[in-house]
Amino acid sequence: MIESIRGRSLLSLDDLSKEAIVEVLDTAESFVEVNRRSIKKVPALKGRVVASLFFEESTRTRLSFETAAKRLSADVLSLAVASSSVKKGESLRDTIATIDALGIDAVVMRHRSSGAALQVSRYVPHVRVINGGDGQHQHPTQGLLDAFTIRQILSERHDTTGLESGASLFEGLRILIVGDIRHSRVARSDVAAYATLGAEVRLCAPGTLLPEDVKTWPVTVAGDFDDALAWADVVGLLRLQSERGSGAFVASLSEFTFSHGLTVERARCLKSDALIMHPGPMNRGVEIDSRVVDSSRAVVERQVSNGVPIRMAVLYLSVAGSREG
Amino acid sequence: MSNDDERQARTRGLAFTAKSQLMTADDVTRAVRRMAHEIVERNHDVASLSIIGLQTGGRAPASALASILAEISGQPVSAGMLDVSFYRDDLSRNPLVTSSATNIDHDLTDRTVVLVDDVLFTGRTIRAALNALSDWGRPRAVQLAVLVDRGHRELPIRPDYVGKNLPTSPDEAIVATHEGVWIGTREPS
Amino acid sequence: MSAIIIRQGLVVGEHATVVADVLIVDGRIAEVAATIDAPSDAREVDARDCWVGPGFVDLHSHLREPGREAAESIESGARAGALGGYCALVAMPNTEPALDNVALVSFVLERGARTPLDIAVAGAITQGRRGELLAPMAEMAALGVRIFTDDGVGVQDSSVMRRALTYARPLGVRLAQHCEDEQLAAGGTMNEGALSGRLGLVGRPALAEELMVMRDIELVRMTGAPLHFLHLSTGRSVQMVLGARDEGLPVTFEVAPHHFTLDEGACASYDPVFKVHPPLRSPSDVAALREALRRGVVDAVATDHAPHAPELKDLVFDEAPAGMLGLEHAAALTFEALGPSSDPRTFFQVLSRGPARIAQLRADDIRVRHSAHGAAMVSGEDANVTVFDPGSRWSVDRHTLESRSMNTPYDGRAMSGRVRATIVKGRLVVDQGLLT
Repeated sequence: MIESIRGRSLLSLDDLSKEAIVEVLDTAESFVEVNRRSIKKVPALKGRVVASLFFEESTRTRLSFETAAKRLSADVLSLAVASSSVKKGESLRDTIATIDALGIDAVVMRHRSSGAALQVSRYVPHVRVINGGDGQHQHPTQGLLDAFTIRQILSERHDTTGLESGASLFEGLRILIVGDIRHSRVARSDVAAYATLGAEVRLCAPGTLLPEDVKTWPVTVAGDFDDALAWADVVGLLRLQSERGSGAFVASLSEFTFSHGLTVERARCLKSDALIMHPGPMNRGVEIDSRVVDSSRAVVERQVSNGVPIRMAVLYLSVAGSREG
Repeated sequence: MSNDDERQARTRGLAFTAKSQLMTADDVTRAVRRMAHEIVERNHDVASLSIIGLQTGGRAPASALASILAEISGQPVSAGMLDVSFYRDDLSRNPLVTSSATNIDHDLTDRTVVLVDDVLFTGRTIRAALNALSDWGRPRAVQLAVLVDRGHRELPIRPDYVGKNLPTSPDEAIVATHEGVWIGTREPS
Repeated sequence: MSAIIIRQGLVVGEHATVVADVLIVDGRIAEVAATIDAPSDAREVDARDCWVGPGFVDLHSHLREPGREAAESIESGARAGALGGYCALVAMPNTEPALDNVALVSFVLERGARTPLDIAVAGAITQGRRGELLAPMAEMAALGVRIFTDDGVGVQDSSVMRRALTYARPLGVRLAQHCEDEQLAAGGTMNEGALSGRLGLVGRPALAEELMVMRDIELVRMTGAPLHFLHLSTGRSVQMVLGARDEGLPVTFEVAPHHFTLDEGACASYDPVFKVHPPLRSPSDVAALREALRRGVVDAVATDHAPHAPELKDLVFDEAPAGMLGLEHAAALTFEALGPSSDPRTFFQVLSRGPARIAQLRADDIRVRHSAHGAAMVSGEDANVTVFDPGSRWSVDRHTLESRSMNTPYDGRAMSGRVRATIVKGRLVVDQGLLT
């Protein structure tokens, strides 16, 4: 169990203790403030080099990380490996060695294969590796920013601050996650974060989209979707990738919407103050109806804007917290 | 005990053990009042001041100073808090301290900023504060008020207003709050 | 040919063990006696505190030639085998191209004949190992091929497997199956379970193996043809085959050292050296396999030696090829699993006599060009002998292996027991743990 990510790589939320997660959330509070200033920059990582290595394309996440690094005054090397002529089968080791020769302090990486971030961290143990998503395994900063968003909104409602509340707002909080959980690294990170912080987590999905080993997860599986929606304080929706909905796991996208989409009708089952969340990008009309997205309960914009402070917090704790080499 | 010190101590796994008390609560109150008068003496226009306490040790002294200044001058005094964690240049020596908020609700341009902290030691915190301030505007002047100056400066930084000068050895520790000032040691807890 | 005298080892016969000298002359065991007056020019092998028994036979080696010589060649594989105590290897047919015709089988046999070991060949069951059309088993059998397998994959189509068994039966050859239903295995990379879910890796369920084991037991019952089950990895698979064997069905099975030494937990590091099909299983499966070994009910230990060029095992877990090395450590791992107080006869049974029977390489089998293996250790037999030192302590260094590849999962691991000498067809190929 990791008690703090200071000076360490961030590969998975599975290994982090409650204290470690709360430390990231608390640090992110300060960066929310920094992001409100006219000069949105602090010199904390001045002179450090952060490389972003995205083997799987994702403009939004990559930009979010690079913005975070720049606002910490780090030098950013951006390698959109996915768009270069790297063919399948290129050794990770070679790519990393090239980057390492440039003297990087940290690498943010996303890869289509589970475990890639851990493998890289073994090749370059002196470099902090921040996992930006590896296959179906984990997407730690997404889990953290989702938890942060929940804490932010709930502490506003309870007239307190995130810092003062620590993890208390999660105690017994009812969080429902819906969608293609089986193939989702976001789901794994979210469940790890929420369960560790003390929330009660339920999953709802068609049988084929639940993980095989769901009995070992710190969750309960909800049978009835409508009942689950009425139970929840927070509903997290996951994107259904079109290839999943083309017959192998679910007959069609419309079948999925029929059984597990958050339609306008179903949204009426929700508590009046329930939060609706989505890691993006959304398939409007599939897992969520457009009108529900645009309703005031959706907090998706907050999730997006919290991405930068959370990633600043992670980079700061991980990189600035390490001994200068 | 200064929260900043305490937090730094906790972070490094060190606990403070007091050897002796050098100032009582009354001594501290008197010193703060004296400093407030010195500030007024030097900066006639209290309205152009901005009393900025450094998180977290300077918080209490700063608000004490601000309220005494308001009392003396009969006018409201602008005040704020500044967190400097992200501006430190000695991160490899001092482990990270979880930052607290920066709260400055007024424009610092053309004002005289009085930075306030509990203990002045190497001067690196003040240097970080000067860096941080530059992101908030361009004050006309910056002055420094501290409860205790314990010497051992590593940078050319000098205080304008001092509660008490206390010569110390580098391995001793100082704790300064509104309740008093103690000297002691820090041991791994 | 010169003589070899093996001094004072514990000679492990089929039924009894005795400390004795063993004299080898002209490729045969000349004498086994308490002390022997050897010819003056006889090469001496000190076997005190060692076990002396029939040379090991590996039913399952991937020698990669033709097609992937960067990983291994027949020659380098033979050397690795000799160091591991092996006198005979059965070369698997999943080369490129597959060994599904006499031309390629002849090529491998001919290359094998240049090595000091007996290299037997397993031919493919189906053309190209595609699982659709039968390969020319009769022609290959005439060259001496006695085992046929599509190893790497199992024959998925039940009607094809039925036909293959029916065809093989009158030829007196044996089919061998890599049991995994590819559909259920779903392209997975490790054992399916709580760990695979946590790691975000697609899992290969134990049922993928067990379902095909069940099916093939019934097909053996239906056709009466003998079948050998390759690398059984779950407790349930072993249980089912033991049950079938008890019923009198002509089935045999092997277990691979990695399946009775390592469990799925090793994959948590995402190090592709631990990727193998069938995958490393649960701790209870490992315990079940070790238990079966100790009880003496396992027919054979086979290495499934699967070399891969280093750059291929440097890929992400998903993309790296499956398979690990095995020839140079199988004996030590088998010894460890059996336990220090085990009967040496069990050791030689699973490493030599059992596999020799399955491969039809014993003295009373009809062999083409190969010598006899799995000796009872009496005079007159072909001299394929291994001297094993149970007291030796060593550790694995992947950089100093004889194999061309380095993908051993045991790098840095301390090992108990080591081959001291290997005599193949009367020739001292390994002495004092080194190739001569």
